[in-house]
Amino acid sequence: MSHTFYIAMSYAVSAAVILCLIAWTWLDGRARRQELAELEASGIRRRSAQAKDDAA
Amino acid sequence: MTDSLAISKFSELANPTRFLALAARILPWMAAATVILFAIGLYLSFTTEGDYQQGATVRIMYVHVPAAWLSMMCYTVMAVSAIGTLVWRHPLADVSHKAAAPLGAAFTLIALATGSLWGRPMWGTWWVWDARLTSVFVLFLMYLGLIALNRAMDDPSRAARVSAVLILVGFVNIPIIKFSVDWWNTLHQPASVIRMGGPTIDQEFLWPLLIMAIAFTVLFFTLHTMAMRNEIWRRRVAAQRRMAARMAGREA
Amino acid sequence: MTALLLRDLKLSVRAGGGALIGVLFFMTVVAVIPFGVGPDLNLLSRIGPAIVWIGALLSALLGLDRLFQTEREDGSLDLLLMQEHPLVLTVLVKCLAHWLGNGLPLVIASPLLGLFMNMDEVAIGATMLTLLVGTPALTFIGAVGAAVAVALPRGGLLVSILVLPLAIPVLIFGVSASYAAVEDPAPFMPPFLILVAITMFFAVLGPLGAALALRNAGD
Repeated sequence: MSHTFYIAMSYAVSAAVILCLIAWTWLDGRARRQELAELEASGIRRRSAQAKDDAA
Repeated sequence: MTDSLAISKFSELANPTRFLALAARILPWMAAATVILFAIGLYLSFTTEGDYQQGATVRIMYVHVPAAWLSMMCYTVMAVSAIGTLVWRHPLADVSHKAAAPLGAAFTLIALATGSLWGRPMWGTWWVWDARLTSVFVLFLMYLGLIALNRAMDDPSRAARVSAVLILVGFVNIPIIKFSVDWWNTLHQPASVIRMGGPTIDQEFLWPLLIMAIAFTVLFFTLHTMAMRNEIWRRRVAAQRRMAARMAGREA
Repeated sequence: MTALLLRDLKLSVRAGGGALIGVLFFMTVVAVIPFGVGPDLNLLSRIGPAIVWIGALLSALLGLDRLFQTEREDGSLDLLLMQEHPLVLTVLVKCLAHWLGNGLPLVIASPLLGLFMNMDEVAIGATMLTLLVGTPALTFIGAVGAAVAVALPRGGLLVSILVLPLAIPVLIFGVSASYAAVEDPAPFMPPFLILVAITMFFAVLGPLGAALALRNAGD
């Protein structure tokens, strides 16, 4: 009797969840970076707001 | 005097810009370490022999145990961050426990799913109300509740402080829950279905298990750093949008 | 402090307070169970203590979000925060008042529901006793949730989700003590004493956590 199915399944589930996690974190980071770049491009600088921003 | 010095040192450490610089420097190394450790760990876990009692299913252990370990470690990390939020008003601590909650939920889900898949050939059912499984399940519910709480609140710093209180209350409670679930389980023990915990772990299994555990831990910290960085960026974007709106309002 | 206790009690008993609704909810939940599992009296008497306990747990959660909400609405919460009394003590008194208004009626109503469930006298007595000891713990642990709910624009359901996992130990020991009174081999005292210990522990932890959450939820 083979348990290959269960082993494969459990590795597959783990891999799927971890890959989703990595992809989500990665894509989220890219979207945020893009937003920052857009804001930068539209002339809103961060330097002036540094103190206020960091306190938040 | 020394007190204020300590505080100023803390605030220096808490500087998000410095954190971002540090994260950018170490993230590639951490990612590389994760990949290497996973490569070694996976290779070992598929080449070592199976247990004569449990057969090849022992390989499930190499993902199940590290995930379960992480699900607990993640909560500890969150509790430490929660103390940071409440005691030192550490801005990075807010970000840290908010970023850790989804990761913890994901690893707990892995632990539950693999546990269930391990239980099916071993015990004959997908789910056993075993003390360990049950307490992990309760932990999973707590993670989900914390995520829901964080999502329900608009003001991030207030959300951080309130959820920090809940994290700490939960952290104090976890031993009680564990104890009570153990009690409940011995009370309702069905005719010995559980054969787990029997085989003493020998060298053969220890190495892959250890390396996989380290790999999972490094993976967690890599993802946690990335998620924290995302959260800082998200807050910056929000702050800058607010500023832009305010400036536009002033000009008009 | 006594004035606060009396005022809260009056508010909860008055129309619009949660006390009556809590008891009604309790009775409705327990009354619905036989429709779900069938009118088999043996089965009902076997699961009776558990059903009564779960019903009490749910209805204790139901009234929780009102614990600080009215204070929030009429602004007296800020007054409580500014008083020179330690906030923990104030929260403790409010919890006691809330329990007297909402928890105690549940305990008093439980023998009646025990009869519906075909439980014998010993089981009814044990369930009532464990409820008497255990429901304060539910209120205390729920106070943390209620304090969190103050900060939320729409609290209610989320609070129940957050509080329920933390209330599991109370449920486990309450139910197992009630069962131990009926079934011979299991001793009654250990789970009962552990239940008492849990209640004492939460009497400290709950107000502390709730006070902390209230302070942080404020500004």
